[in-house]
Order: sequence, then C-alpha cells, then structure tokens
Amino acid sequence: MSAVWVWVENRGGEIIAVGKEAIGAARMVADELGEDLVGIVFGHNVAGIATAAFDLGCDEVIGCDDETLDKSRIEAVGPLLVAQIQEHEPAAFIIGGSTRGRDVAAWVAADLDLGVVTDAVALEVDGDVVKATRPVYAGKLLATAFTKGSTQIVTLRSRAFPQAESTGNSGSADWIDAVVDEDDIPTKVVGFEGKGNTVSLTDASIIVSGGRGVGGPEGFEPVRELAGVLGAAVGASRAAVDAGWIPYDHQVGQTGKTVSPDLYIANGISGAIQHQAGMRTSKIIVAINKDGEAPIFKLAHYGIVDDLFKVLPALTAEFKKRL
Amino acid sequence: MKVVVCTKQTPSTTAVFSVNNGAVSWEDSGGKPNVVNPWDEYAVEEAIRVKENHGASQAIALTMGTPDSQEALKTCLAMGCDEAILVSDPSFAGSDTLGTARILAAALEKIDGAKVVIFGKQAIDGDTGLTPVQVARKLGWTPVTYVSAIKEIKGHTITLERLLEDGKETVTTDLPVVISVVKEINEPRYPSFMGIRKANRATIPTWSAADLNISGGVGAGASQADWSHVYAIPAREGSVEIIEGDSVEEKVAALVDKLFEEKVI
Ligand SMILES: Cc1cc2nc3c(=O)[nH]c(=O)nc-3n(C[C@H](O)[C@H](O)[C@H](O)COP(=O)(O)OP(=O)(O)OC[C@H]3O[C@@H](n4cnc5c(N)ncnc54)[C@H](O)[C@@H]3O)c2cc1C
Ligand SMILES: Nc1ncnc2c1ncn2[C@@H]1O[C@H](COP(=O)(O)O)[C@@H](O)[C@H]1O
Repeated sequence: MSAVWVWVENRGGEIIAVGKEAIGAARMVADELGEDLVGIVFGHNVAGIATAAFDLGCDEVIGCDDETLDKSRIEAVGPLLVAQIQEHEPAAFIIGGSTRGRDVAAWVAADLDLGVVTDAVALEVDGDVVKATRPVYAGKLLATAFTKGSTQIVTLRSRAFPQAESTGNSGSADWIDAVVDEDDIPTKVVGFEGKGNTVSLTDASIIVSGGRGVGGPEGFEPVRELAGVLGAAVGASRAAVDAGWIPYDHQVGQTGKTVSPDLYIANGISGAIQHQAGMRTSKIIVAINKDGEAPIFKLAHYGIVDDLFKVLPALTAEFKKRL
Repeated sequence: MKVVVCTKQTPSTTAVFSVNNGAVSWEDSGGKPNVVNPWDEYAVEEAIRVKENHGASQAIALTMGTPDSQEALKTCLAMGCDEAILVSDPSFAGSDTLGTARILAAALEKIDGAKVVIFGKQAIDGDTGLTPVQVARKLGWTPVTYVSAIKEIKGHTITLERLLEDGKETVTTDLPVVISVVKEINEPRYPSFMGIRKANRATIPTWSAADLNISGGVGAGASQADWSHVYAIPAREGSVEIIEGDSVEEKVAALVDKLFEEKVI
C-alpha cells in the first residue's frame, strides 16, 4: 500500500472550504489504512497554502508553484497530476467535489483508466478498499460504491464532511516543476467576474428558502431578513424561480443546487420530490407551511403550520433578541 | 463545421424508484418513465443555436443506450436537430463513464467535420458529470465545462463563459472543443408541430460495436467502478415535531429553543 492523496483546492491564497473538508475526510481514510496523507498543492504563489496544508494535518506536501497553474486550468493541472500519480501510485486520491474538482477527477481517471466515485456523503475503509456512500438517481436512492483500480478516486459532496482543523503540524513541501508550457495550453482565461461576498448556497451552513407560498418577489423580503439575521444564504423552489421572483442561482433541487446545510428552513414550499432531491441531506430541516398535509412535513424535523408572513417576522425578531 | 450534442435518456424527474435484490426499477404515474436527461435539454437547444447563430452546417444528436433510447432522440429531432444517431450494442451494457466515453469518442470520430460537441452538465441517474471531460481526453480535444454562454466562434477560436462557484470565467480556446453546459445558457424550445411529425417519420441509424473503432474496454466487465450495492434511503428516524402554541410568538420561541438545542445556530 501507499499513501493517501488529497487535492488541496485553493484560490486567492486560501484553501477553499471543500479543500479543507477533503483534507479532513482524507486524514480519516489515511489513518484507517495506516498510511501517510499527502497534500497536493498546485497554483501560483502557494507557499502559504503548503504551510496551511501541513497545519491541517497533511504528513507530506507535493507542491507545484507555476504561473500556468494560476487559474486552475485543467490542461495545466491534469497532465502534472497524471505524471505524479503514475510515479507514486497513491492508494487513494480524495478530491472536493467543486466544479474544478470534478474536472480534475475526470481527467486523471480518463488518462489512467481509473474509476471514480463522485459525490460521496460518507466514507468507510474496508480492508484496503475505500467505500463511499453516495446519493444516486437524484438523491432518491443511495449506493455504496468503490473503484477497482490501483488508485481509488473519490470526490466529496460539499459540506458532507467537517473541515480539517489546525493541528500545529509543519513540514517542508516537495516542490516539483510544471510539465506543460503556456504555449501548449490552448485555453486562455481572458476574464473573470467574481461573485462578491454573498454567501454561496453550497457553502452555507444555514439556508432560508422560499417557494410559491411567498406569493411574489416582495414575499422574499421576510425570507431575506431572516437570512440576514442568521448569516444564511437564500434558497428557492423552482416554482418561485420560474415565476421570476428570484434568480435561478437560488434554486435548490434536482435541476438547481444540491445543498447540505446544518439547517434548512423551507417557507411556503410544498416539498415536491424534485425539491427534496436537492435538500434532503440537510442536517435539520424546518418547514413553515400553512398546509399541515404538505409533503415537506414528511421530511422535516420541526414544523410550524401557520402563515409564513406571520411566522417569519416573529422568527426574525426572536433571533435578533437571542443572537 | 458540424455540432454534435451528446444526450442520454434517463428516468423522468417524477419517477418513483424501487430496488429488488439489487435491481433498480422505476415507474412514473404520468406514463412517461424516461425522458431526455433534463440537463441535456440545454445542450440540445445550444446545439441548435450553434447552427442557427454560428454557422454550423448540421446539428446532430448522439446517444449511447438501449434501443428504446430512440424516444429521447426523437425529442431532439422534434426540437430541431437535423440528424440523430443511436449507438447501441449488448456489449455496452453496464459501462461506467470511462466505457461510455470510449464509445462516444469512437462515434464522434466517425462523424466527419464535428468541431463542437455539447454535453449536459450531468445525467440525473448517475449524477457524475465526468463524461464530458473523459470524452474530450479520449478524443484529445479541449474540454471546457460548466459553460453558461457561447460568446463567439471565429475561425478556429471559440470564446466561452463558464459558471463556477466563485464567479464567471471567460475563456478562449481552439476548435475542436468538448463543452458541457449549465442551465443559465438558454431556455430550451418546445418541439414544434412540424418537428414532431418529422421526428415520427425519421429512421434513426443505429451504430453497433462493429461499426466503431473503440479503443479500450467497454461494458460491465471493463467498468472500474462497482455500484452494485444500491438501496432505498433509510426512512428518517422519528417523525416531524409540529411546534404548537397559543400564539405565533410562542411557537417561534419554542422552535428557536429547539434549534439552539440541536446546535445548528
Ligand atoms: C424536470 C423538472 C425538474 C424540477 N426541478 C426542480 C428543482 O430543482 N427544484 C424545485 O424546487 N422544484 C423542481 N421542480 C418543480 C417541482 O415539481 C415543484 O413544482 C416545485 O418544487 C414546487 O414549488 P413550491 O413548493 O414552491 O410550490 P407549491 O408546490 O405550489 O407549494 C407552495 C406551498 O406553499 C404553501 N403556502 C402558500 N401560502 C402560504 C403562506 N402564506 N404561508 C405558509 N405556507 C404557504 C402551500 O401550502 C404549499 O404547500 C422540477 C420539476 C420538473 C418537472
Ligand atoms: N450514454 C450516453 N449517451 C450520450 N451522452 C451521454 C451518455 N452518458 C452521458 N452522456 C452525456 O454526458 C453528460 C454527463 O453525464 P454523466 O457523466 O453520466 O453525469 C450528460 O449530460 C450527457 O450529455
């Protein structure tokens, strides 16, 4: 057997949330296998990221600091990873399931003829095999899956695993050279428009959502006010998005975002199967709906059967008092 | 230049699943248990637009699947694709994404003049989102995923906007290209009456393994991933606790107590 690797996804000089979650999950896998944990740190000006990866529990770091890796282009990242995996044959490679993380998994697996289990929500080690539990068929069923090749590749659902915490560990990284020249990369990043600092749905630990029951665009005001007090992100059902009351980025569900916050508060959402597909792995679900028979109550842990226009302002006031 | 859209037939979003001895089956009370993968509708629409707005000579829909996947391809024809091709062979059953990628890549190599290949961002059955990049690798073409706009195709250069967690990235790259698209890219059209008639009359060619030059293993035997253990989601323990009270204030105070106890605030 050989080491467990983890993709230390970083941006703007920091390890992003799914990267920290991946380190936490990979540390557990490495300990169960009795192997070292190797952090893979690629980017430009990433000395600090390597230090942070040690601190979060990596035993070793393989780093590459190169301008071509600055924008995480897969054509720069992929070949370097493939070469490294061929050389070291890690037992497992754990990757946070961000958009860029999925590309990394797909590229490496295609080039090395390896399998991938995507979107894991739980991991266990059985002998030498890393078994992942993941939702399939839009979250309507679960599967326990594993891969057969020499390196087991797993991507993780955002927020399904706790972030690794500081251990005080330190070390010096093994710095390697990039293998692709800028001239050989056809894709050029010519612009980037950041999102600003609104809480993204997939990273949020609390989500307050509104559905058709909010009645119109202005019905999202009490939803936003509660979200503001809780530092939460605002979600929506497709019915509310289709009605044009709130932009599509807020849609939770099978054809929207898949989220797993600690707390999901559904307001005026009936709980259609497609909505459930996107939020059923939330830790605590609260439903506020005036219809006590709404299907959302089958999934919810706590419910209030009442008018959301009365409940939400009262809830906001109560939290303001107590937070 | 031709544009090809790869689309999969998947269970409908309202399908109800059951698992018996590890075998998954589904039914839909609406009578339409299988559909064009909902994420692929955006890919089909975009392929038609590449033809309409960027001068592609043909938009072709390509599916690897069982013979009944013809139904999904007919929807693509009805929407406005010029041609549809089904790639189907008993030996393909049980392919993982890599096997699927090898098959699709071999089919794409057979389509002369294909320069832009469009995928949905993921299929709602396996939900992996791996296939687009893997097809690109098998073809040796450039992959660009999560595309939210095709801004320009000029000579051999394409300009694309991608939607990532932290913002929108604009990239240029060279043709041929494999892209996967997100919902923001367009509003898929409904099949027209004429389109439906045309689709119903169309004969869809089927390519089998013997028609393709596939390199590498396909089918269940070559699959690198084991998914055999599929099961229903265990029912949530306990049922909902409906918070009662004489006034809204009383109810919310009781709810907030619970949420602090659960340590989710
Ligand atoms: C292909 C496809 C994909 C889909 N994908 C998604 C998806 O990704 N996400 C998604 O959400 N849906 C999706 N849907 C749609 C889904 O089927 C439902 O139509 C949708 O989720 C319903 O939204 P809703 O719960 O807000 O509306 P409704 O079902 O109309 O429910 C509104 C609820 O609000 C309650 N209510 C009304 N007024 C008040 C009030 N004043 N106070 C308290 N409660 C009130 C009502 O009792 C009712 O339960 C999809 C559908 C299809 C066909
Ligand atoms: N069997 C198939 N035939 C054609 N296209 C497919 C097939 N499987 C997957 N795809 C395409 O690949 C995308 C991603 O699928 P997946 O990797 O399975 O989540 C889908 O949205 C389709 O565009």
